[in-house]
Amino acid sequence: AGIPSSPNSPAPEQPFLSISVTDPVKLGNNVQAYISYRVSTKTNMQEYRGLEKIVIRRYSDFVWLHERLTERYKGIIIPPLPEKSAVEKFRFSAEFIEVRRRALDVFLNRIAAHPILRQSDDLKSFLQADEDSWVVEKSRTAEGVFKKKPSDFMQIFKDVQSKVTDVVLGKEKPLEETSEEYEKVKHYVTELEDHLGEAQKQSYRLVKRHSELGQALAEFGKSVKSLGGCETGLLGKAFGELGNRAELLSYKLQKQAQDLLMNFEEPLKEYVRTVQSIKAVLSDRAQAFRQQRELFEASKLKEINLEKLRVVRPDKVGEAEIDYRETKLQSDEANRRYEEIVKVMQQEMVRFQEEKTRDLGAVFHEFARGQAQLANDTAEAWKVLASQLDAWSHQSAGKAVESSA
Amino acid sequence: MSPSADQEDDEDGFLGAQSGPEPDPRVSDSSREVPISRNGGNSSQEFLTMAVTQPQKIQESTGSSLVPNIYVTYLVVSHTNIPEYGGTEFSVRRRFRDFVTLADRLALAYRGYFIPPRPDKSIVESQVMQKQEFIEQRRVALEKYLSRLAAHPVLRKSEELRLFLQTNGKLPLQPSIDMASRMLDGAAKLPKQLFGDSSTVLAPQEASQPAKGGRDLIRIFKELRQSVTNDWGASKPPVVEEDKEFLEKKEKLQDLELELTEASQQAEALIKAQQEVGDVVGDLGLALIRIGKYESQEATGNAQKVHATDVKRLATAAVKVSRFYKEFNAESCKHLDHLHDYLGLMQSVHTAFSDRSSALLTLQTLMTDLSAMHARIEKLNASSSKTFGGDRSSNRKVEELNDSIKTAEKSRDKAQEEYERIKERNRSEIENYECDRQRDFFSMLKGFVQTQVTYNERIASVWSKAFEEAGSASV
Repeated sequence: AGIPSSPNSPAPEQPFLSISVTDPVKLGNNVQAYISYRVSTKTNMQEYRGLEKIVIRRYSDFVWLHERLTERYKGIIIPPLPEKSAVEKFRFSAEFIEVRRRALDVFLNRIAAHPILRQSDDLKSFLQADEDSWVVEKSRTAEGVFKKKPSDFMQIFKDVQSKVTDVVLGKEKPLEETSEEYEKVKHYVTELEDHLGEAQKQSYRLVKRHSELGQALAEFGKSVKSLGGCETGLLGKAFGELGNRAELLSYKLQKQAQDLLMNFEEPLKEYVRTVQSIKAVLSDRAQAFRQQRELFEASKLKEINLEKLRVVRPDKVGEAEIDYRETKLQSDEANRRYEEIVKVMQQEMVRFQEEKTRDLGAVFHEFARGQAQLANDTAEAWKVLASQLDAWSHQSAGKAVESSA
Repeated sequence: MSPSADQEDDEDGFLGAQSGPEPDPRVSDSSREVPISRNGGNSSQEFLTMAVTQPQKIQESTGSSLVPNIYVTYLVVSHTNIPEYGGTEFSVRRRFRDFVTLADRLALAYRGYFIPPRPDKSIVESQVMQKQEFIEQRRVALEKYLSRLAAHPVLRKSEELRLFLQTNGKLPLQPSIDMASRMLDGAAKLPKQLFGDSSTVLAPQEASQPAKGGRDLIRIFKELRQSVTNDWGASKPPVVEEDKEFLEKKEKLQDLELELTEASQQAEALIKAQQEVGDVVGDLGLALIRIGKYESQEATGNAQKVHATDVKRLATAAVKVSRFYKEFNAESCKHLDHLHDYLGLMQSVHTAFSDRSSALLTLQTLMTDLSAMHARIEKLNASSSKTFGGDRSSNRKVEELNDSIKTAEKSRDKAQEEYERIKERNRSEIENYECDRQRDFFSMLKGFVQTQVTYNERIASVWSKAFEEAGSASV
């Protein structure tokens, strides 16, 4: 009995870390009910104790991991989580649970595939900590985790974007980068968000309309069969067969709608969420820039004052020098942090684009294949009926000629 | 009356009454009663095609009203080889009111036939009526209506239709007078009818027509009384609808109507759903075009350039597929329209069957009248025999009654003829209807299925091509 490996895991290569999220189970009762997932890890990495491990985790545990990674790894695009459910009613629907399970699986495997993120200690705890130590771990870090919510990042980014508004309102303009490279990235992200959002919207409609067509076909089939009941002989038979065929194809369409949901809409949705992660990174970068700027200005100011003091009040120089050096250190540190984020971010963007090209390429390719398959199957199913109808209509016409002769 | 009353849906005969040669609706020309089967026979060689085109707005100012009267005329062009038409090509201008007149006259003269229903009058404002879309919809409906008349082997040779298609200028058919004016007409005569002889004897020709309008108020009341009598079984009606076969067929047709209604609705819903899939595929295509353009711009490496091309290719495929869906739906609609058509025809079937019922009712009423007259004679004879030497006044009455009876018997005979005629028409129409329906429904099924095959194959090949031509971006 081996551990099932997720289709989302990268191909095994030395070293490998393969994770799968399976077996959603409803625990607790009524208001406090929740879904727990089985998280199974297979790895040969030294840092991990043993080759295989299974733990039970729930959605809020995944949220914890996401927050920890976001805190620790500035500049890195953290893979997105599926949304919290907005509507209570759907929280336990089979479709919602399955969609979420898949998304959580993708989440962990993207982290496992990332050369830096996979080293995270928090990831290790998440994948390995037993029940008791897990509780301890979470309470230890709880304060830090829930301090900043994702919406805060969005707010900062929004501040950065509302330059014009601030000028109009007379608020102090927040400092922002103006380099060409920065502008380019911002523009890229905005455009991407727009396009992916549009594609995702259409994919959602596509799923819905396939399902509706399936329904309409089923209703039509039913009514046609009833109509056939009024007719005698071959015509009645023909109506019956049409009805049967329609019902069969209705089922195929519903299946196709399901496939489109899982393999077309969901991946697009995941990329839309990833763009939100990128925006969070941009926001971190903007914040680091502002800090670096402020500290630089501060240290410059202190340097000037120091020189002044050397001339005017030499007795104060000692204190001022210590103060200045401290500020200079902080400024240098802030500058290093900022430059690190910029460097990491640039690498991340390259990585992101490569991954996106691969992933979306596969998604679109599979989409075309699925649509071709459906159309082919549909044509085949109707073809069989077409030849039957031909035969029957000839027979029926023949009978009519006989009877009128 | 408001100025807009004189629009297309004006049914008043105030403006349209025309004198001139026209067929007397009260006399059915029995020489035209050749039962024609639809398969084979000389009807298969004949053709009659019409086109309704070139709508024109006519503005005519009526003396009194401030608002000019505006209506639309259509050019009706016909081609035929039917000898009765005495020509091969005709072209006349007609307005909607003329079509209404035609339909009403046919309904009167061809009771018992499944007469195709005419397009509805619309109770809308004159502004809507003048809109291009409405005019176009109406034009199409009128053309369809005429083609259905032409498809009916008896109606296509009717004088009413011929006059409609051939006679230039005003339509030489008197529109049927509506109830209101008839009431005015009949009310003047009413006192005479009420205070005169209670058994008003019907002229034989009139007996073959349904009781309608003010002149026939008395007859309406009599027939009503008769139908109530029939309903309550107070006296056994002399003629009963015994034709079991007919009753069975009638019931079957009622079942068919129910199923047809449902199927017609579901067919419409199906076409709509198919359309929506086509539309969203088109929208997806447009979104993909934008993504493809964008990816092209941003592409840095070869893999990304290939991906951009793939996206563009998929976008083109999606747009192509959505275009196919438009054609697909138009074709599917054409085939499934048979369901809607046959549903519409049910109206004609109802009318034909109710023509039969009302003819039967007329017959029964007249028979009851007759037996009442006989009974009266009996009574008079009985009482006069008690008077020695006979009762001169009662003898006179008996003589009068005997005369009336002769007339009444003639009326009853006419009514019987009409009833039998309608019965036969019903029968042959049902037969033809069964035949036509079989043929048309088979053709509908074949057409619908074949369309599904053809278009799904086309759509499959478009997607397949996009799939196969994709670069090494696949997994």
